[in-house]
Amino acid sequence: MSEQVDIRLNEVAPTTSHGLAGDFATFDGRYSVADLDSVQPFAPVKPAFEWSRVVGPAVIFVLFIAFWQYMHESGMRTFFDKPGFLLPSPVTVINDSFVNAKARNNLINGLGWTTLVALTGLAITIVIGISLAVMMAQAKWVERSTYPYLVALQAIPILAIVPIINSVFGGGINARLLVVVMISIFPIVTNTLFGLQSADVGQHDLFTLRGASRWTRLRKLQLPSAMPAIFTGFRISAGLSVIGAVVGEQFFRQGSKPGIGIVMEQYRQKGIYPQTYGGLIIAAGLGIAMFLVFGWVSKRVVGHWHESARKAA
Amino acid sequence: METTMFQRMIDSAAAPALRFSGVSMVFPDGTHALSETSFDVRAGEFVTVVGPSGCGKSTLLRIASGLHKATTGSVTVDRSHVGYVFQDPTLLQWRNVQRNVELMAELEGISRSERHSRATEAIELVGLKGFETKYPKQLSGGMKMRASLARSLVLDPKVFLFDEPFGAVDEITRERLNDEVIALFQRNGFAGLFITHSISEAVFLSTRIIVMSARPGRIVGDFAVPFAYPRSPELRFDPAFAVLSGEISHALRGAHA
Repeated sequence: MSEQVDIRLNEVAPTTSHGLAGDFATFDGRYSVADLDSVQPFAPVKPAFEWSRVVGPAVIFVLFIAFWQYMHESGMRTFFDKPGFLLPSPVTVINDSFVNAKARNNLINGLGWTTLVALTGLAITIVIGISLAVMMAQAKWVERSTYPYLVALQAIPILAIVPIINSVFGGGINARLLVVVMISIFPIVTNTLFGLQSADVGQHDLFTLRGASRWTRLRKLQLPSAMPAIFTGFRISAGLSVIGAVVGEQFFRQGSKPGIGIVMEQYRQKGIYPQTYGGLIIAAGLGIAMFLVFGWVSKRVVGHWHESARKAA
Repeated sequence: METTMFQRMIDSAAAPALRFSGVSMVFPDGTHALSETSFDVRAGEFVTVVGPSGCGKSTLLRIASGLHKATTGSVTVDRSHVGYVFQDPTLLQWRNVQRNVELMAELEGISRSERHSRATEAIELVGLKGFETKYPKQLSGGMKMRASLARSLVLDPKVFLFDEPFGAVDEITRERLNDEVIALFQRNGFAGLFITHSISEAVFLSTRIIVMSARPGRIVGDFAVPFAYPRSPELRFDPAFAVLSGEISHALRGAHA
């Protein structure tokens, strides 16, 4: 029967809709290569500059600074009956914390230690979190058995177990890392788990058809399809890891690694408020920077196939 | 020695590529999808099953491919050479066309260079040459189906299962894809089993059409399609085409009752 085979597939069939670049939805691949090149279905359209993206935040920023200044000058007295120096003016904060070289060095040095603890803690969280999610994704009963404890972990007030952590791990860097992991692990596990379960049934059928092993399925189907969700988890946890690191520093101050939280606390105890707020700004900046970095990495890793990663960050 | 080998060749030529023997399917929730269904599909045969929604047509394919196990009855088929085109293209969004088409060969453990050359050939066959590095979201519905076809072609299937593959594409695209399926069928001579709701698609593609009843599905009509291949698009306007379509439509209406 293969004698009079008529292979017309490679020919370019003369079709009526030839070269209709706008008609891409009905296009089925029968154009010549020259035509194909002219078809630009998803040509990146450079978005028009949107003023609201800049003007809106700028207005809010100005209002915020004005409100801050007002609170410093009279608001603290009027509303809380407290002296204004408890909330130094924005200019004082910037001057004393960042223009003043000694304070700046102190804060930057603290930032370094905090970043180190946050990143180390985050790395540990990622390893544990993803492993946990992978195990939970293996069977419904594993997920059902472990999920309540994950929620419970999330519900534990960190401050309440600080004394226990202190007794067991001492007041050094290990205790801080533990706090970071406890605070930041939940989003990684839940997002990874959600991602691992996001591959559709049809895609799973494909792997079943060829008798793929659990490992192959995990590596070639579940993990890749989970990547966007995993990165969402990273972004959220990155911010939390900074919070965890700073909170940890408030309680565990042994050793010679004064993070930003410790530096802030030292200033506050001496009654030097501008630098305390300066530390706050730096800590927030670190959280934002981590969030942005993971957004950027996510875009690089999954942006070419996943829509949301393109829009994010 | 010579004789046995010759005998074996005759046997294999005579044996159907796919055989359903008294296949029934009752799902755990009690849905009785298929009832005592028996038929064969031989190499060079293109059988299309039509029937009301929910009559267990897709279940037939899932049983044939091993995705479901029949409640009673049996299926005889060499599963290492089964191609399966789903209703949805089910491409992996993070792989480009080339790597999507390589997937089945990759899962089968075929070497990198071998699967690359097979995929390249399959991509050319389905008319996607030049689109190797595109990602699924950059493709139209018809092109995704082509990629999905190519993915199955890479394993050189002896039995090709199609589960309503072109239900979601527009009429013109569907007709073009039908031409492609026929060309592939003629080129490779596989045993085809196709599911569709479209009578004209069934008549245009097949050598034989099986009509199934409403759930639980069983065979209520069996039509031979006499038109020679290659089939030109003009065949759709042939009076004989209309007559056969009418008969099948009639049988289908009976099946719904």
